[in-house]
Amino acid sequence: MIPILGLIAGIILGLILEPGVPPFLQPYLPIAIVAAMDALFGAFRAYLEGTFTDKVFVVSFISNVLIAAAIVYVGDQIGVGSQLSTGVVVVLGIRIFTNAAAIRRALFHA
Amino acid sequence: MPEDDSDLTGQQPPEEREPAEHRRRRIRQAFVRPGRGQLIAAVILFLVAFGGVMQVRTNNEENPYKNARQDDLVQILDGLNSESRRLQSEIEDLQKTRESLRSGADRQRVARSETRKRIGDLGILAGTEKAQGPGVRITVKDPHGKLTPELMLEGIEELRDAGAEAIEINDHYRVVASTWFAGGAGNVTVDGQPINAPVVIEAIGDSDSLASGASFRGGFADQVTGNAQGQINIDRESSVIIDSLHTQKKNQYAHPASSPTAKR
Repeated sequence: MIPILGLIAGIILGLILEPGVPPFLQPYLPIAIVAAMDALFGAFRAYLEGTFTDKVFVVSFISNVLIAAAIVYVGDQIGVGSQLSTGVVVVLGIRIFTNAAAIRRALFHA
Repeated sequence: MPEDDSDLTGQQPPEEREPAEHRRRRIRQAFVRPGRGQLIAAVILFLVAFGGVMQVRTNNEENPYKNARQDDLVQILDGLNSESRRLQSEIEDLQKTRESLRSGADRQRVARSETRKRIGDLGILAGTEKAQGPGVRITVKDPHGKLTPELMLEGIEELRDAGAEAIEINDHYRVVASTWFAGGAGNVTVDGQPINAPVVIEAIGDSDSLASGASFRGGFADQVTGNAQGQINIDRESSVIIDSLHTQKKNQYAHPASSPTAKR
């Protein structure tokens, strides 16, 4: 219940405050969001399987986001930024699908 | 990923069905009794939602080049540069075309006004245009009927020698290159038409030269007053209007040897 409220509050605040993305964050925010989605789905899956730990969740969330951003950053520095970010998005997308499948199976047996 | 999905479904052991009931119960309990984990999840979801909205807004509102990488920007810039070069050369081509059209139109206009002027000059010379300008009006009274065509011709010739550009007799007969005089003393004809006394000769040109050309000693005026015993009046006019026209016959034998445009 509270997490859903947090989600809604974040959306509403984002719409009301209309924050601009800081320039240094701009290339990394999209990847960071995908990584965060992956972490969230993983956390929900773990929660449904009974293995959820908030510490692991926080650490995995932060590390996922940071590593994704770091990969894109390094890629930008060595000149393969767009390819690397595509790779990261593909890998995270696969993980999201896998997590979503596990969640669906846990909830609906299907 | 449907393949992945079916794969995992196949692997699912049958004894996990019982814990599934626990999972649903856990979700229901989570709504009733929130714990610390939920609070943390709420905070993180808040951050993700905030960042996501931020990113979506940025993506929608700001220009598409903002998120482009350096390589893409360089490529876009190259494209724009070549496009602008192409447009520049197109502008130059069009300007050249415009210049040539304009100078062509100028030439054409000059040629047309030149031609019009020439038509006017030639029309006055040929007697097909009305003329106006300074000149003289010579009135010859012939009470004794002794005015001969030779005398008339001499008078006209003297006016021509003095630079007359257009000559008219009795306001009716335009004197041109082919004009001829005939008849006898007292019934002179011009181009076959009889002219009645008093004969009025109007000529356009420098009025002083025309007047002196007609009245020098032994000239036209002397002969009219002497031999023909008539009276002559030479009036200098600042404006003589010659509005009779000579109807030109079409040349039957002579044609222009070459067109003026072909010569240029």
